[in-house]
Amino acid sequence: MMNGMVPSSWYLLLSALLFTMGVVGFLIKRSLITVFMSIELMLNAVNLTFVTFAHEWHAVKGQIFVFFVMMVAAAEAAVGLAILIAIFRARGTLNVDQIDRMKL
Amino acid sequence: MHLILFVIFAVFALAGAANLLLQTHPINSALSLIVVMSSLAVLYLMLGAEFLAVAQVIVYAGAIMVLFTFVVMLLNVGREEKTHGSRAAKVVGFPAVAVLLAIVASILLKAEKHFGAVSLSDGITTTADLSRVLFRDLLLPFELTSVLILIAILGAVALARKDNGA
Repeated sequence: MMNGMVPSSWYLLLSALLFTMGVVGFLIKRSLITVFMSIELMLNAVNLTFVTFAHEWHAVKGQIFVFFVMMVAAAEAAVGLAILIAIFRARGTLNVDQIDRMKL
Repeated sequence: MHLILFVIFAVFALAGAANLLLQTHPINSALSLIVVMSSLAVLYLMLGAEFLAVAQVIVYAGAIMVLFTFVVMLLNVGREEKTHGSRAAKVVGFPAVAVLLAIVASILLKAEKHFGAVSLSDGITTTADLSRVLFRDLLLPFELTSVLILIAILGAVALARKDNGA
């Protein structure tokens, strides 16, 4: 490895690690809002993969895709947090163990 | 130089993600998620994605996380109580995640020599390059996202209203 250079696979490995941590957070977290944060972490990890491959293959469209993922994530966060507020109003809790029914 | 920067911000990102998992209060998790997103912005910059680095800070670390912290404070969410957790997660989830990570890591390490390297002198994809593709080839998807965002705003307002369903 040349001095001052980082192999692209390190970026991909970092992204895989972050994604895994997101999944683990999704599984172990008991508060709905931190579960939601874990999903955002996974989205970010995937974005890093997109940017790395865009750099690797000099493809601008990879970066465009990340841009679209960001837009969709923003929309998803807005709707998701609104649903979260609605759930909290209806149930008075955000603990996922107590929110296991679709109907009240 | 690149190696040092990469190691620093990769460690920041991983430490932030680990802290997100370990903290019990949602506001601490939210703040560590901001650390992850900001270090990812630096990594984007090192990969030559200047527009995305800025968008990452503004959209993710800025707008989305403000929304998160706002909701945490609005609902006055306390510490999460520790429960036994779900059995399906223990039996299926964690082994599946471990296997997934092992497979991806082994593939990446095996294919390492096929990948190129990243250095600071690679040059950057300027915002002009990006916008040329975005507004020439992908104008319709771009305009459609504006509709998506509009619908999302309306949906958020409708869902969070007090007289819900009336």
